[in-house]
Amino acid sequence: MLVYLLQRIGLSILICVTAMTLLFAAIHVIPGDPATIMLGTRATPEVRERLNKEMGLDQPVPIQLVKFLGRAATGNLGVDVWSKRSVGTIVMENLPYTLILILTGLGWAALVGIPLGCYSAIRRNSFIDKFTGVISVGTISIPSFVVAIYALLFFSIQLGLFPVIGAGERGDLEDQLWHLVLPSFAVGLGWVGYLARIVRASMLEVMGENHVRTARAFGLPEPKIVLHYALRIAILPTVTLLALAIGGLLSSAVFAENIFARPGIGKLIVDSANVRNYPVVQGAVMTTVALFAFAMPIADFIVAWLDPRVRSAL
Amino acid sequence: MSAQPSDIPVPVGLAAAGSLLRLLRRLSHDPLGLLGLFLVLVMVFCALFGPWIVPDDPFKIHVAERFNAPSLAHLFGTDSLGRDVFSRVIAGSRIALSVGASSILIAMVLGLILGLTAGYGPRWLDNAFLLLFDSVYSFPTVILGLTVMTLLGASIATLMFVVVVIQTPAYARLIRTATLAAKNAEYVLAIRSLGTSPLRILVVHILPNIIGPLFIIASMDIPSVIALEAGLTYLGMGIPPPAPSWGRILQEGFTAIRDAPWIVLAGGFPLILTTLGFTFLGESLRDLLDPRLRRIV
Repeated sequence: MLVYLLQRIGLSILICVTAMTLLFAAIHVIPGDPATIMLGTRATPEVRERLNKEMGLDQPVPIQLVKFLGRAATGNLGVDVWSKRSVGTIVMENLPYTLILILTGLGWAALVGIPLGCYSAIRRNSFIDKFTGVISVGTISIPSFVVAIYALLFFSIQLGLFPVIGAGERGDLEDQLWHLVLPSFAVGLGWVGYLARIVRASMLEVMGENHVRTARAFGLPEPKIVLHYALRIAILPTVTLLALAIGGLLSSAVFAENIFARPGIGKLIVDSANVRNYPVVQGAVMTTVALFAFAMPIADFIVAWLDPRVRSAL
Repeated sequence: MSAQPSDIPVPVGLAAAGSLLRLLRRLSHDPLGLLGLFLVLVMVFCALFGPWIVPDDPFKIHVAERFNAPSLAHLFGTDSLGRDVFSRVIAGSRIALSVGASSILIAMVLGLILGLTAGYGPRWLDNAFLLLFDSVYSFPTVILGLTVMTLLGASIATLMFVVVVIQTPAYARLIRTATLAAKNAEYVLAIRSLGTSPLRILVVHILPNIIGPLFIIASMDIPSVIALEAGLTYLGMGIPPPAPSWGRILQEGFTAIRDAPWIVLAGGFPLILTTLGFTFLGESLRDLLDPRLRRIV
């Protein structure tokens, strides 16, 4: 178990290092020197020289890479050349907003999607099952940014029910929650259908298994069979899926944050990309990669913890 | 794949037309699949014949007709430069379809080559490729797109490059798994014992057996690629103006969302209809052609 977990974490670290190297290579392979791109062509050679020194760009690329990886390992993502602030601090200021957004998005999607999938599996071929099937395909395929823009248009601008921009007043919890409703609706909508489908498929499988038949033979009440004996097993593939979902959720968060003008990693990346602030883009992108890469071993661990069969097989 | 009795020669074109007809007949029992087919056909029609069916030039600026509400003259109204939004929506279908289809095709070819190499090649090469695929895969798609577009500058070529980078690992992984399974199948062992070269084994014997699922999976990726194109363009990091991408229409409409809500409405609805159309059709075809793939997608 421990060996397996360490292997998975090792793989995640390896993936992070490779991804960082790719990103680093991409930034340094493109033609043109970063200082000129960042400062514009009108900057004097002296200014450019100073920036090159500050960013360590005057050293050979492999040495820069090793230094960059070494610093990143200790959590130091470099310094924002414009504001002279640490990139790590800037990212950490924005990260909580994004995490709250994707967690509430995923949360409401799970609260609706899992029962829906469960019910569809039990009442197979009923109207609700068929309806869920169609709605699932629909919500999965509609792009989240269209949902976000339409939601903003109808609920905020036309009906005036929700605030249009921002994340709410600091310290005012009610205001912040109110600002969270539409963005998390847009981020989560696609996952309702997705979760319903996965849960339905695995529920159908589990309901046909021997232990469920045995539970029925013992005359246990149906709700207990469904919730206690079937759903507990059927939910496991969902946990792995939720870890994989982080990537897609971060992508939708980029749109939701930009459309609703909320602070967060996605808005940070777009804003920094627009002014070609490479250190911040690099730091923020790496943080999202690390989030995704480490979500997988965590999900594996949770599955092993929930499922004794997996635990003993490891 | 298809087991035609070799003593009855059937013209290839006729056989293909026959199986297509059979497929259509089976599709006609699936209302969602039919709806999907209809939406996709409308989209393809607009993409092919757009320039001949638009009521107005999508680039023509009419300063006097800024922000006209939808009317019979302008079905979806006009935008901040007085351009006819309906014409721009129709013209956008060509951008969406051409960028989506061509970059997916390139990604398929690349993924095929990489996947076959990884699956059939030595173990170390397989591991190196897997690490590379997983590393690229661990970038959230939109964020990877934003990064590459920032570095290389926004253009159609860069956008296609982004799609290729994002889609290739998925296809390569699919082909790799299938190749690994085929590698030790008896028919491959038999050919190998005859001394056939690895390249010939891969291209002539393994490839035809494993390529079917790739087509289905890739065609089901078309909606997400169209959404990615529009999304990046919406963020200002996709197709540069004045090209009437649906993402551009949404972006321009968003700045005027209070005064001219019809522009964002018009920019979003073709995206919804095409992604729905391709998804309904794709799922229906997948279930008809290869139900086992249900587990993968």
